[in-house]
Amino acid sequence: MADRAVAIIAPRAWPGGLAAAAVAALILSALAAVVWRADASRGLGAGDWSAIRFTVVQATWSAVLSVGLAVPVARALARRRFAGRALLVTLLGAPFILPVIAAVLGLLAVFGRAGWVNLGLDALGAPPVSIYGLHGVVLAHVFFNLPLATRLLLQAWQSIPVERFRLAAQLDLGPRMVFRTLEWPLLMQAVPGALALVFVICLTSFAVALTLGGGPRATTIELAIYQAFRFDFDLGRAAVLSVVQLVLAGGVAVLALWFIPPISFGTGLDRPLTRWDARGGGQRGLDAVWILLATVFLLLPLVAVLGAGLAGLNDVPASVWRAAAASIGVALSSVAVMGVLALPMAALIAPRRRGGIEAVGLLGLSASPLMIGTGWFILINPVANPAALALPVTALVNALMALPFVLRILVPRLRDTLLQYGRLGAALDMRGWALWRWVLLPRLRPQLGFAAGLTGALSMGDLGVIALFADPERATLPLQMYRLMGAYRMEAAAGAALILLVLALGVFWVFDAGGRAGADT
Amino acid sequence: MQGGAPVLTLDRVTIEQGDFRLEADLTVASGRKVAVIGPSGAGKSTLLGAICGFVPLASGRILWDGGDITRTAPGRRPMAMLFQDNNLFPHLSVAQNVGLGLRPDLRLSPADRDRIALALDRVGLAQYAGTKPGKLSGGQQSRAALARVSVQARPLIVLDEPFAALGPALRRDMLELVRDLTAEQGASLLMVTHTPDDVRLIADDVIFVDGGRAHAPQPAADLLDNPPPALRAYLG
Amino acid sequence: MTYLTHAAKLTAISAAIAMGGAAVQAETPELVIYTYDSFVSDWGPGPAVEAAFEETCDCDLIFVGAGDGAALLARLKLEGARSDADVVLGLDTSLIATAKNTGLFAPSGVSASFDLPITWRDDVFVPYDWGYFAFVHNADLAAPSNFRDLADSDLKIIIQDPRSSTPGLGLLMWIKDAYGDDAPAIWQGLSDNVVTVTKGWSEAYGLFLEGEADMVLSYTTSPAYHLIAEEDETKAAALFDEGHYMQIEVAGTLAASDQPDLAERFLTFMISDAFQSIIPTTNWMYPAVLPEAGLPEGFSSLVTPDKALLIPPQDVPALRDAALQEWLTALSR
Repeated sequence: MADRAVAIIAPRAWPGGLAAAAVAALILSALAAVVWRADASRGLGAGDWSAIRFTVVQATWSAVLSVGLAVPVARALARRRFAGRALLVTLLGAPFILPVIAAVLGLLAVFGRAGWVNLGLDALGAPPVSIYGLHGVVLAHVFFNLPLATRLLLQAWQSIPVERFRLAAQLDLGPRMVFRTLEWPLLMQAVPGALALVFVICLTSFAVALTLGGGPRATTIELAIYQAFRFDFDLGRAAVLSVVQLVLAGGVAVLALWFIPPISFGTGLDRPLTRWDARGGGQRGLDAVWILLATVFLLLPLVAVLGAGLAGLNDVPASVWRAAAASIGVALSSVAVMGVLALPMAALIAPRRRGGIEAVGLLGLSASPLMIGTGWFILINPVANPAALALPVTALVNALMALPFVLRILVPRLRDTLLQYGRLGAALDMRGWALWRWVLLPRLRPQLGFAAGLTGALSMGDLGVIALFADPERATLPLQMYRLMGAYRMEAAAGAALILLVLALGVFWVFDAGGRAGADT
Repeated sequence: MQGGAPVLTLDRVTIEQGDFRLEADLTVASGRKVAVIGPSGAGKSTLLGAICGFVPLASGRILWDGGDITRTAPGRRPMAMLFQDNNLFPHLSVAQNVGLGLRPDLRLSPADRDRIALALDRVGLAQYAGTKPGKLSGGQQSRAALARVSVQARPLIVLDEPFAALGPALRRDMLELVRDLTAEQGASLLMVTHTPDDVRLIADDVIFVDGGRAHAPQPAADLLDNPPPALRAYLG
Repeated sequence: MTYLTHAAKLTAISAAIAMGGAAVQAETPELVIYTYDSFVSDWGPGPAVEAAFEETCDCDLIFVGAGDGAALLARLKLEGARSDADVVLGLDTSLIATAKNTGLFAPSGVSASFDLPITWRDDVFVPYDWGYFAFVHNADLAAPSNFRDLADSDLKIIIQDPRSSTPGLGLLMWIKDAYGDDAPAIWQGLSDNVVTVTKGWSEAYGLFLEGEADMVLSYTTSPAYHLIAEEDETKAAALFDEGHYMQIEVAGTLAASDQPDLAERFLTFMISDAFQSIIPTTNWMYPAVLPEAGLPEGFSSLVTPDKALLIPPQDVPALRDAALQEWLTALSR
């Protein structure tokens, strides 16, 4: 009964508890500050309720489709080796880190009224299709989140040790059986978390939902919060809506994390991954089709961004480069803050059977940025100049936003590592820093690289600093891009978007490739 | 009971895991090599896990040299253990894996490095010091793990079938290595095995685990020559 | 009540106030001005304004960009009397009443002969530029000449959300002012013309340039940018015979300012030639007081509405919520 002898040996829990408490405190103190400053409130109106309904509907569709489509794409990518695969996997991460407006313009170049799809339909004499509506919102959200879901699932796929596939090949299991014995349990592990994550991301969507939703029908909770803050200055209503958003996100997260069965595939000996299954022509063809479809869907809008960007590159003023440097600084700081928060939290979550604490990580993502910004502003303004804190606040907010992704990436691998090597580490009296230095960090290296890359890239692309904390002297690149747009300079803005895209992908690639060096993905 | 003074004492120990329950009230004497045998699922690994601190006790105490180690962390106990698998960290080199037996933080002094080199040399792995375990054969991996046990130099060596996957000749090699090691260091040995041959080769005493009970050690030769009914049923 | 006025000029009132009144302090005094983000950007008026004022004021002018006009006001409300700001620049006529209700602003003695299509009377806020909202389109389009024509046409338009954008709110007021109780019917008619509604002006204009719509809600001055900065004559603004709603952008000094004299001097500077001549080609709006040199070349080709519409600022809050509800109802069908 080997199983009975397995006890999970874990790193100390208190740093994780401290980090989780800090995250919760940062979010909840902002909420409390807003409530504290609130005067009489109008309360939720009919419009708010329909905003809540629409938000849930679009987020559900977006999550289900993003993750549903990611399954065959990740499966195909996991089974196939081809030239340029690593580059493709990196590029597929691009939509996720693009600033919203640049991505929307890229999507419209393909699916818009005067986009390539409609030009094609027109040439064929077919009636045009409109992107505006619920389907447009979902399309955009799938564009943003399919790559993320694919990467999460791909990572889970790669956590199946090569030894298991060898066994499957030895038993001559067909694709259906491989799916049942290896891949289905894996999906049960990875899908609920991915669903929760995409749902929460889409919950706080605002500009995308409004723009592609085609009008006020597509009002989301975040827009209602914006309206409460800016249009009505009704802090009470803003707080109530923020709580609704937090509760929705938290509820879905707890539900999804509860579903994840605590099983492990065990670890192998880090042999290079080779697959022996799915060699039939039909399987190959199917995989090729999925990879091709995903590539076309995700890369075409990027090509549009690239084209517009190249055309505008000459118009880019020098200040954009200064902003780029500032953004890189913000990205690196965010990565550092993320590490300090996420590693202890992952160590707290991984040894436990159920991942309820992971829901704390989702707080940062599900809280309205406007609410957090306003709340912190209320707290900080009496004691310090908010503009002086622009950089740390941005780094912190970005790290908080990245936290749920990072936890989703780190926790399964850490859980496996503790299961497999925790005992050996304990037998050798490895603890504290030695345990992290020689066992946990090296085992987590690919995941850490991916997580750091994602955090850095997200941080680059995020408009981040809520206007309240803006430092006029040090604009970030996305802010500078918006300023160019606001000054009619759309070509230069497209050039700035391209620079941003390249830098964000560069940051992502450096970390991700650094983490994967030596590991086969 | 032969040999030196009792070093390991399980004092009215019970282990409970769900429906599973195991009792043990026994002592192991200094310098003895003890085989733990019993049917699959009887709780051999669990017993060793409890002794090494990986499985909590429901009641009772574990004593070492008269001192209570029931609550001592696994790494602080006077024993070196090898598990059924995952005895080496795949991302660390063979030398680093061995070095962990000396310094859990791998801050190795030149003297430490010499000891590692010596230990690897003795198990015939000198040229693999910088290699990752994944590149080694099963036998070589076992040797690397034993090299670590040798530098740990603990007074009790606990083996939970680490050589089960090796062929008979290889397994015999490993057991001989273990025997030399215990002899040289004056260490006691606790090892799970399924093979009477292994018992005859190396064990002084046998702990028979069956029916929710770990029986006190009895001399191996007597027991094998004249097994009680339950053991006879197990040996077949 | 509606102002249907042509430009009516007041007799010039000299602005001989407070100039040089501030005592020279050992330390260079700081004047903090909150404004919207695009004002302080490298392409906005901010840098030139700062340089020009610092030449004369012997002070340090600090612009703090805080989002858009509405965000500016929200920030002031949050800070209350503790605010560092001495001057707030960038509120518009739709926000004036709300701003005054905060009680944070001090009356201003600055006045001038404003070149506005309406008579300006406000003892707190001083206008620095203005423009007409208009639908911008490609010059080759046969543009409609009023909202009814537009509603009857198949033309596609992009507008901004009044809940998140000042032009969006301007359009709401425009239709309310021009059509009163018929406004819901106009919106009803427009609902199939509206391709989409965006968060802010930038998104809408970007989408329009990408070809997503035939027309976009912007300003009559927008074509001037294309003409002057890009030598591009293909953009035009549609002239509507109901008249065009105005946006007048204003600045005011805060009652809690620790530099009241300097703040007042800035407002005076703001309506001088040095400031006003920067505005047209950086903010792409009409200057509130015509500079001596007149308007830049390209501005003469812009359309000039026959009627300037503006709901008196004090009436906006009462109308706003009802108009928003009508808008939501019409466009949510």
